[in-house]
Parts: sequence; structure tokens; C-alpha cells
Amino acid sequence: MSLKKFFAIFACLTFLIVSLSCKKQEEKTLKIGAIFSVTGGASFLGAPELKTAQMLVDEINSKGGLNGVKLELIAKDSSGSPEKAISFAKQLIEENKVFAIIGPSTSGETMKIKSICEDAKTILISCAAAEAIVNPVAKYVFKTPQKDSYAAMKIFEVMKKKGITRIGVVASNDGFGLAGKGQLEKIAPLYGVKILIGEVYDKKSTDLTGVLTKLKARKVQAVVNWSIVPAQSIVAKNMRQLNMKEPLFQSHGFGNIKYVKEAGKAAEGIIFPCGRLLIADSLPDNNPQKKVLMKYKKDYESKYGEEASTFGGHAYDAVIILAEAVKKAGTDREKAREAIESINGLAGTGGVFNFSDQDHNGLDLDSFAMLTVKNGKFVQYEDK
Amino acid sequence: MKAAYQTPPSCADHNDMSFEQCFQYILSGVTNGSIYAIVAIGFNIIYNTTGIINFAQGEFLMLGGMTAVSFASIMPLPLAIILSVAVVSIVGVLIDMIFIRRMKKPSILNMIIVTIGLSIMIREVALHVWDEKVRSLPYFTGNEVTSINILGAYISPQVLWVLGVCGVIVLFLGLFFKFTLTGRSMRACAANITAARLCGINTRNMVTISFMLSAAIGALAGCVISPITQTQYDSGAPLAIKGFTVAILGGLGNSTGAVVGGIVIGLLEAFSISVMPLAYKDAIAIAVLLVILFVRPRGLLGKREEAGLKEF
Repeated sequence: MSLKKFFAIFACLTFLIVSLSCKKQEEKTLKIGAIFSVTGGASFLGAPELKTAQMLVDEINSKGGLNGVKLELIAKDSSGSPEKAISFAKQLIEENKVFAIIGPSTSGETMKIKSICEDAKTILISCAAAEAIVNPVAKYVFKTPQKDSYAAMKIFEVMKKKGITRIGVVASNDGFGLAGKGQLEKIAPLYGVKILIGEVYDKKSTDLTGVLTKLKARKVQAVVNWSIVPAQSIVAKNMRQLNMKEPLFQSHGFGNIKYVKEAGKAAEGIIFPCGRLLIADSLPDNNPQKKVLMKYKKDYESKYGEEASTFGGHAYDAVIILAEAVKKAGTDREKAREAIESINGLAGTGGVFNFSDQDHNGLDLDSFAMLTVKNGKFVQYEDK
Repeated sequence: MKAAYQTPPSCADHNDMSFEQCFQYILSGVTNGSIYAIVAIGFNIIYNTTGIINFAQGEFLMLGGMTAVSFASIMPLPLAIILSVAVVSIVGVLIDMIFIRRMKKPSILNMIIVTIGLSIMIREVALHVWDEKVRSLPYFTGNEVTSINILGAYISPQVLWVLGVCGVIVLFLGLFFKFTLTGRSMRACAANITAARLCGINTRNMVTISFMLSAAIGALAGCVISPITQTQYDSGAPLAIKGFTVAILGGLGNSTGAVVGGIVIGLLEAFSISVMPLAYKDAIAIAVLLVILFVRPRGLLGKREEAGLKEF
């Protein structure tokens, strides 16, 4: 072996050893797994969620971490597939040995990995809406978005005040639509509301005048549409074209200004429940959420140049809940889990979180505000 | 007591449909039916010259809507629509020049598979050029809340535009195929492609023209329906399925048949809503397709001898 070669190898080895030992010194990082559907059909959820989580983790690290512990986000794109979510969850738990997992974006994925995380004693903070995620309560599983049933209750509260008792429900033929329709049907009797017609439509529907004509003939007093698909705008347009003057209620899926733009003038007066992010500017200063909402909106919009959405907010809440727990209890999983259950009055983007060992969502009915569309903008709905 | 209260309205719904409601269904059916008919006519034009079904026909509508929306942001609407029709026609010509014309073994099956591949490709390209978001053109007259009262039924002025444009397209095609030399040459290709070639008709060019024509018609239809149905990168496929059903129902290659078939399917769908759950609406077209294939494979207006001459 020539001297040159020997030196080259020696240099390589030294470099390797040095770099290895460097890694050892950095072991104070806390690994957080993230499973979001960044691409695919649910990309409107996963993409802002990942961006938000990354932004917040970077911010925490730039401030010196949590009590000196830096965070490392290991992100996986499940593209909305439960199978991928399962294998990523296993990988994160067994190979990466993560401290906690945030996500997944959709309820179907979350339900599939709920027991995996529970068995591995790994904290899971889901960004999906379904009630079944936290009911029954699993020790290690939490979620940040508001419950479907709260959205339905909020809608019925407004109906009660308006004296509406006979309604028609249309929903998209997918997980979100069917779950929402189920909640509406379950809760309607409690508010004395009768659902005269409940129909589901294909999520690619482009014309709903037929079913709306049927609702019109039954003289419903209001229409509720529950979906996250573009048909949300089509329902509004079709109703106005049929000269239906009845109020249109939508689900929290309508909380995206692009649907308002598509529906144009027909969007005016649509009433729907939503987190307060969309009306952050107009909240009174004494609202406990005002500060965190304004900060998230400003940070996200200046960093990514696109409008912040309530969906990204769910990831924001997941990270701040986790951060709060680590600050309080350190990096012991069991203690951190208990710390989450003891969180009280933590203002997030979705509402003010009050966890307990029975409540792993931590939000109450008030976490939804009723919004309406006025002059092409979201504003708080006020009873007339 | 509760049950008693609920019964009367449901009876009223099924049996005593008011005239207004009935007329509303008819209007809704005719509107959707004429959209299907336009797609079916696009299928027919290409079928007549090549004997194949162009499965990328729905994508022409999508491309038309999407390009028009993009153009409309920098120029007046009529100009944007004209330009978009021109652009999509060129796409149609290119598809023929690059893919269909150069095929080593231009068998029917091969060409059909190429068009399926093209439809997937166009969709993916559109996803990259634009994005997954929904777009729509502004209403040609009035806006989202304008509503016209016709005999107690209400429609958007855009519906009149859709019906008008469909009518004009059918009329124009009728005249084109009857009175122009190109149109008659294309009909000759449809009747018997070998005989047409023997008469000195350049059948390859006729294929190119047919692709151009059906792309242009598709694009125009895509623009007219965009305000009502909204356009998205993957909105072509569902339209193509309905159009295909209608083309088969009316008799492949028969333009009058396409119009009749379109309106029949449209009306069936509209009235089905009053008697069965909305979720089954899309199954109707498929059910009709199956029945037709079993009972009368040449379609409502297709001729037995003509169908016998075709390979497909």
C-alpha cells in the first residue's frame, strides 16, 4: 500500500470517527414522528399540516429547544392510505424509536394505527376529526380537531334560534360526508329538528339541481350540505339558480376561501361552523385565542406565501401540546403522557384545550364559532 | 302521531308531482342530456373516420375549460374562449400526428389503448400545468344568483347558453357533413374507408381533421359548461363515461342518435331522483348501457347493415 493511499484511508477513518462522535454528543434531540397525507386526495389537509409542524419545530429549536432538548421531526407522507400509515407508524416506533407521533391527517388512517401506538406506549396526537379516535379513550392517543358532533350541534343551535324545524340534508358519498350525515341524523331530534330528506351524492357530482328540486318540493326550511368536495360551491349555485331562498348550512369543510370564490355571489349568507382562525383579525383582543391565532397566521403566511388554513392549525395544536408536556415533564414518555392529561387552559388554534384522563380531545362546544359569508369574506355569524 | 305526520309529504313527493317540479326535472334532464350529447358527438366524429373510440374525449372538455380560465384572466372572455378552442384543436391535431398516424400496427385495439393512455397522460399534465384546485369561467350572462323563471321552473341563464351552443354545434355539423367537400369526404370514410381511399380521398388527413373537429367541439363545450359544473384536472373522465354510454345508446357514429340518446339519459337521471336515492343516479347510465348492449347493440337509431360492416 502506497503512503498516499494509506493517508487517504486514514483521513477517511478519522473523519468517520469524528462524525460519529459528533452524533453521540447530539443525542439530546427528541425524535418526533409525523405522518401526514401530503400528497393524494387529502393533500389539502396533509400539506399545510406538514408545513406547519416543520415551521413550529424549527422555531422551537432556534429558541434553544425545550429545556435544552432539541426536536427532530421525522416526516412521512402516507398519501392518505391507511396501509402506508400502518407501516410508517411501525417504522417510526421500531426503527426510529420516536418519542411521539403527530398525525395522521385522516380519521381512517388514525383508527388503523390507534392500537399500534397504544401497544407500543407511544404518544399519538392525531390531526383527524372522527370522534372514535378518542372515544373510547386510549391512554396514549389524543386528537386536536373539534368533534363532528359539535359542528352538528352548533348548526342546530342556530336553527333553533331561527325557528327551523324541517330540513333537508345532502352529503358527499365519502367518509367525511357519511360520518357528518350520521351525526346530523343522530342529533337532530334533540333539537326538535326533522330531517325530511337525507341524500348522498357522488363526490365528483357537478349538478345537484335534481335533488334540490326534490327538497324544494318538500318545502324544507333549510338545507345542510356536508362535504369537503367542490360540490360545496355547486350546491350554493344550484340553490340560487332554482330560486331557493332557504338558508344553506355547510359543514366545517367549507372553511376554505376558494370554495367561496367558486360560488361567487351564491356563497353570500352560507352559515357554517368553523374554528376561529378564519376570523382571527376580527376577534376582540380579550379572546384567549386571539394571540396564538394571529401569530400562527402571520408566521405561516409570511413563510409559505399561502393562506393559513384551520387544517394546518390542527398540526400547530399537536406540536404545542407536545411541547407543553415535554417542558413540564421532561422526556419520560409516561410522565409526558400524564402531563398532557393535566393540560388546562392552553389556547390553541382550534380552541382552548382542557384535557383530562377521560377527555383526550380537550375541546368543548365553544371551540366552534358560527361563520357566514359576507361580501366574499368569512365573518362571524350574528343572530338577527 | 309522528308517523302520521310524516306520511303525507312523502306521498305528495312520489305521486302528485306538481307541474313546476316536473318541468324543473325536464329542464335539468335536457341540460345534462345535451352536455352528454356533445361529448357523444365528439366520440362519433372520430369513430366515423377511424372506427375507434377516443377515450381522451372527456379530456378535451377539461382542457378547453382550463385553458379558457387561464386566458380569461388576461383577456376578454369571448377571445379567451376562441383561443382556448384553437389551442385544444391543435392538441387534437398533434395527438393524431404524433401518436395515431405513426403507429406501426394501427389496429382498432391498439389505437383504443393509445387513447386510454393519452387520457391519463393529459390528465397528469394538466395536474402539473395547473393544480388540483377547482376553477370555473364567469357566467356568460348574469352571475351565480341570476335565475330565470320559465313556467314556474327556474334555471340559470348559463343553461340557455349550454342548450344554445349544443344546438348550434349540431346544426353546424349537419351542414358541414352535408354540403362541404371535406364533410362529404369524411362521411365517405365513415361509409367505407377502402372505397373512399380508392376514390382518391386522403383518408389520413380526414382522420386528422376529425381529431381537430372533435377537440374543438369538446373545448367549446368545456367552456360553456364550466360556469355551472366547474372544471378540475380530472373532470373529463366522468363526462367521457356518460358520453360513451350516450353514443352507444344512440348508435355509434350517428349524430342525431347522440342527441336523442343524450336527452333520454339526461331525463332518466333527472326523474330517477324523485323515486330513488340520489346515490344511484350514476348507475342508471351504466344500466342503460348494459341493456342496450344485450338487447339492441346497434343503438336506438343505428342501422343493422351499417353495424355489420364495422369491426367494433
